[in-house]
Amino acid sequence: MKEQITEEQIREALCLRHTEAVQKKLSAARTAVAGLGGLGSHIAFFLARIGVGHLHLIDFDRVDLSNLNRQQYRLCHLGMYKTEALRQELLELNPYLQITADCVKVDEENLRQLFEEDEIICEAFDRAEQKALLVNGILEHFPEKKLIAASGMAGFGDSNRIRTRKIAGNFYLCGDGESESLPGTGLMAPRVALCAAHEANAAVSLILGKEPC
Amino acid sequence: MKIRANGQERDLPQGKALGAFLEENQFQRQRIAVELNGEIVPKSKYEETILRDGDVLEVVSFVGGG
Repeated sequence: MKEQITEEQIREALCLRHTEAVQKKLSAARTAVAGLGGLGSHIAFFLARIGVGHLHLIDFDRVDLSNLNRQQYRLCHLGMYKTEALRQELLELNPYLQITADCVKVDEENLRQLFEEDEIICEAFDRAEQKALLVNGILEHFPEKKLIAASGMAGFGDSNRIRTRKIAGNFYLCGDGESESLPGTGLMAPRVALCAAHEANAAVSLILGKEPC
Repeated sequence: MKIRANGQERDLPQGKALGAFLEENQFQRQRIAVELNGEIVPKSKYEETILRDGDVLEVVSFVGGG
């Protein structure tokens, strides 16, 4: 029977790639991913792979067949809550990650209590109104926290228009700012993942004390 | 008076309220975040916030998709 990989083995493998000093910071980091769809599922995978030690996953929804064209779920997950499906997947990468999950819809009432412990927040919602709600709430109540949001990633091609921009203070925005998801110009895996990678990469920079852009 | 809005210089009359500026420029209130001189302006304060000469305004308009 195959022996389970130990925490030390995973840590060593990561340190070999990242160096010990970098890994120490990644392992201590506390990052929230708000929304676990096309953006969020990818962001969570990216951060889990490099060993971000504390991941906070937030989404109220279940996995649907229509999600699979861009979201990091598999057929076996259909019908499951995204928080649960994703947590299981991430623990298969690294069972020693600290993953907390909140299967809730973020609103003005629960926002403060939800994000209290997180140092970095990756906004990964689908609806523009939800994006605005989260960004306004975090900037108002937690201006010291690092906030990375995304807007504009529909369609295909035009990879070079996906950018990361510092808006002000601790607030960064990824995406092209324009490409709205509409019938006929929907979300597709490559471009969404590109934007997700921007967010995750920005989070990594911030964890390591550098500006993302 | 002159302000800088989303990187562009804009000429505005004295005493222009932020709320009026947003409406005139067709921003949808439920889909935006507004930073004035580096600080977030809560939605409830849009009407009473008066823009002043030299202000730096960032209005982020979110589009759906993610």
